Amino acid sequence: MSRDRTVNVLTVMLVVLLASGPFLPRWAMFLSTVSLCYGTVVLGMMLLMRTGLVSFGHGLYYCLGAYAAGTLQPFFGITEMSIMIGAAVAVTGAVSALLALLLRKYRDIFFAMLSLAFSMILYGLLVKTSALGSTDGFNVTAETLFGVRIAGTAYERYLIFAVTAFLAWICAMGMLRYLGSHRGRLAEAVRDNELRVEYMGASVANTIHVNYVVSAMLAGLGGSLMAISVGHIDPEMAYWTTSGEFVFITILAGTGNVLAPFLGAAIFETIRSFAYEYSPNTWQMALGITMLLVIMFLPGGLWSLFARTRKAG
Amino acid sequence: MAAILQARGLNKNFGAVTAAADINVEVERDTVVGLIGSNGAGKTTFLNMVTGYLKPTSGTIRFEDRDITSLSPRQITRLGICRSFQIPQLFGTLSVFDNLRVGVGIVASSGGKWAGGVDLSEGADEAVERMLERFGLGEYRDRAAGLLPEGVRKLLDIAMAMVVKPRILLLDEPTSGVSAEEKFKIMDMVMEAVRAEGVTVLFVEHDMEIVNRYTHRILAFYEGRIIADGDPAAVLNDPEVRKYVIGEALHLSRGEARAES
Repeated sequence: MSRDRTVNVLTVMLVVLLASGPFLPRWAMFLSTVSLCYGTVVLGMMLLMRTGLVSFGHGLYYCLGAYAAGTLQPFFGITEMSIMIGAAVAVTGAVSALLALLLRKYRDIFFAMLSLAFSMILYGLLVKTSALGSTDGFNVTAETLFGVRIAGTAYERYLIFAVTAFLAWICAMGMLRYLGSHRGRLAEAVRDNELRVEYMGASVANTIHVNYVVSAMLAGLGGSLMAISVGHIDPEMAYWTTSGEFVFITILAGTGNVLAPFLGAAIFETIRSFAYEYSPNTWQMALGITMLLVIMFLPGGLWSLFARTRKAG
Repeated sequence: MAAILQARGLNKNFGAVTAAADINVEVERDTVVGLIGSNGAGKTTFLNMVTGYLKPTSGTIRFEDRDITSLSPRQITRLGICRSFQIPQLFGTLSVFDNLRVGVGIVASSGGKWAGGVDLSEGADEAVERMLERFGLGEYRDRAAGLLPEGVRKLLDIAMAMVVKPRILLLDEPTSGVSAEEKFKIMDMVMEAVRAEGVTVLFVEHDMEIVNRYTHRILAFYEGRIIADGDPAAVLNDPEVRKYVIGEALHLSRGEARAES
């Protein structure tokens, strides 16, 4: 799909989501919100994977973003949605910028495991912190949006959904632009041949660092939006199975286009919801079979169904 | 003419192995210098020291008026010394066009911190197109680099070094693994490109026919030392070079061998 076409599809999707929102049944709106949150996280995973890296620890930033947004209320009495989201992005950006100094020296399984280790450290800390509810976590409420009270109003759900959709749209547009830029294109060059990138005068370490931080901030944003939409956070968000879900969706969706993460997340959430509903004891099997089919028949992910011709930025 | 590259007293040891022993070379602007020697003689070690991949145990390397001995490959590339590889180093999943565009993109996004400097006034894509045309890669434009025939891979590898407009181009065995008919085609294109862009060339090569035809000067390496340095005819007929580098059984060309027998 060409770049212009991707922009059009993204914008049409945003308009459709915003317009249909008020008429969606509660479950569908929730499913869409969760898919958008997950899709935003996976958008970052896609950038990392294009750089040749798979993180099994992005739950770290997803959880950190959620806790950064959620702890503003108990510690500072802040319940303004925009500040909660901004704090999540700022905290995950700062932490990832620091951790990237170490992580950028590793590749492949070592990178994956080291990032997993960091996420499990956060999990361990949160589980032991009774002030933050230990394993139970705590409830999160965004009382206001730009100073206007939304909590408890009739349009609360819709507004959170709309903000999530709008932010996901901005992220997807930004990513599309980045991937098409000179710096963004370096990601795949680094994945293919690090030696050559250095001998063409660009820094591999720098490219990995920037892309890692961008992906972490997207995970933090997704985590904070999830915290606000679900209204509850707990340390499970940093657990390795959560990170595994992000990897799962990234592979399911493919990395060919910025639309893919959202498509993948929506399909993942739909399968999970229905499989859980109809077969509570074997719902994971449905996901397992889906993954098996994708790997066997669509190694480029679900997106390859749409991209038979040229690859889009 | 002023020397563009200058190596003084270069030594490199890997444990007990001496890969470079007191190398002193001055390369003049716009010349084409061939580096010959048997495997392990120190040609590639010399190339690797110039590009910053290896640090010499002692000695200095100067590029124009600048000491580049302790710089990284990236910094040296940015000063205008670029290289190709014996085994082409490409971006396998990217198209030929995108392989070259990466290089132009790096220059474009480096904020002008590029000594040689691609003239981007013509636009990034145009710079790539021009390079495709120069190296006859147009027909492979949209093919993935990983799926190209060897001769084309070699050309693309060299084009990737040329696309960022180097001042000095280092080629590591540009015709190895290429068929006999293709090797002259490759060298003709490369030489035309470097002449047009005003690039000084150092290249490692085992094929004496190629070395003889395309160089102004030859450096012959043996056990880390330079045993002969001068114009091609003189170096290729040097008795030491014939003994240690070319080998008694091999001659400049089959025709000459027949004539002698």
